[in-house]
Amino acid sequence: MSRFNIKTLGVVALILSTPVAAGPRDALLTQYAAAAKVATPAFSGFSAARGKTLHSQNFAGGKADTPACGSCHGNDPRAAGRTRSGKAIEAMAVSATPTRYLDPAKVEKWFRRNCNEVLGRACTPREKGDWLTYMTQL
Amino acid sequence: MNLSYRPLLLGISVLAFSAAVLAGGNHYFAPVADPVVLEECGSCHMAYAPSMLPARSWKRMMGDLGKHFGDDASVDTQTAARIERYLVANAADTGGRQYAGKLLRGVAPDNAPLRITELPKWLREHREVSAREWRHKEVRGKANCVACHSEAARGYYDD
Ligand code: HEC
Ligand code: HEC
Ligand code: HEC
Repeated sequence: MSRFNIKTLGVVALILSTPVAAGPRDALLTQYAAAAKVATPAFSGFSAARGKTLHSQNFAGGKADTPACGSCHGNDPRAAGRTRSGKAIEAMAVSATPTRYLDPAKVEKWFRRNCNEVLGRACTPREKGDWLTYMTQL
Repeated sequence: MNLSYRPLLLGISVLAFSAAVLAGGNHYFAPVADPVVLEECGSCHMAYAPSMLPARSWKRMMGDLGKHFGDDASVDTQTAARIERYLVANAADTGGRQYAGKLLRGVAPDNAPLRITELPKWLREHREVSAREWRHKEVRGKANCVACHSEAARGYYDD
């Protein structure tokens, strides 16, 4: 029993000390990069600066009361945001909320909903990668 | 808080709890206990207690999540089925009946309201809240229960 515990502990410690925790985020970025390269062969990598613009820019194609990502998430992703109905949203920057973007299905679900809400269309793989890069580097 | 008061306060809240339950549950609405429902129905607003609407309302709402009060709240069909099962089983006229109290009073049996905040009983409970209070920047609307009922996520609305 105790030996088993020590072993398990060792494995857990190993998992925690290696960058495995960021695995799903890296996998998502790799996936978006591959798709971006297919769409634009000249694609040369994501840009946190473009991600920042995407986050704070006002778009005209979506809903009038949510013209920007910042409408709900706030312009500073290191601070908490708020939904239309008033519920607090935890900060989007990974430095502020380390548990962000670890479930690819959740990330994709919200990109689908929120890009449609703000831009009135789906975000491209490059836009998703830029935005995610901004959030992980901030 | 002074530590020595704690057991006393705990005793009082246990008493208040059982009193509410005995009185027909006017003050306690069992909060959502299913983690998937909490996640999918609790991200844009608090996860509303299933005992606040009848089963037919939840069915109607789950039938059109893509156009949910102007928002896209859609989920995959498997998740939707699980959420609907939970809401329907714990609704105001099914498993959640003991909590619902008189909340459905005045709602016709063929009416499937989508808003708790339009139930006649809810409106009566809130008739003294002024228009200005509803628009307060910390409130933002009737659907933000937590702004006024700080214990709403735990099922209590009597503060
Ligand atoms: C109408 C309000 C609203 C707007 C506008 C909005 N979001 Fe969101 N977003 C949310 C909510 C609510 C969540 C889920 C709550 C949470 O994860 O804390 C969320 C979650 C997300 C997530 C998933 C986070 C995770 O931890 O996996 C991503 C990615 C995201 N949003 C991206 C965006 C982008 C990009 C934009 C702009 C194009 C945007 N959002 C605009 C409300 C909004
Ligand atoms: C993408 C965001 C989003 C998600 C996800 C979401 N909702 Fe909503 N919901 C809203 C908005 C916006 C309103 C309207 C709020 C208002 O009027 O202020 C609303 C309103 C409601 C209301 C009526 C509140 C009232 O006024 O009485 C109910 C009930 C409700 N939602 C249930 C659900 C259920 C059940 C789920 C999960 C299947 C869900 N919601 C998921 C955005 C969302
Ligand atoms: C602007 C503030 C405000 C908001 C938002 C609000 N309420 Fe209330 N609520 C009140 C007040 C004030 C009362 C009456 C005070 C009392 O009797 O305790 C009340 C009473 C109630 C009662 C009766 C409590 C009792 O003990 O008899 C219930 C149930 C209730 N609210 C549910 C809700 C729900 C559900 C929501 C969200 C959909 C909500 N409220 C949103 C202010 C608010």
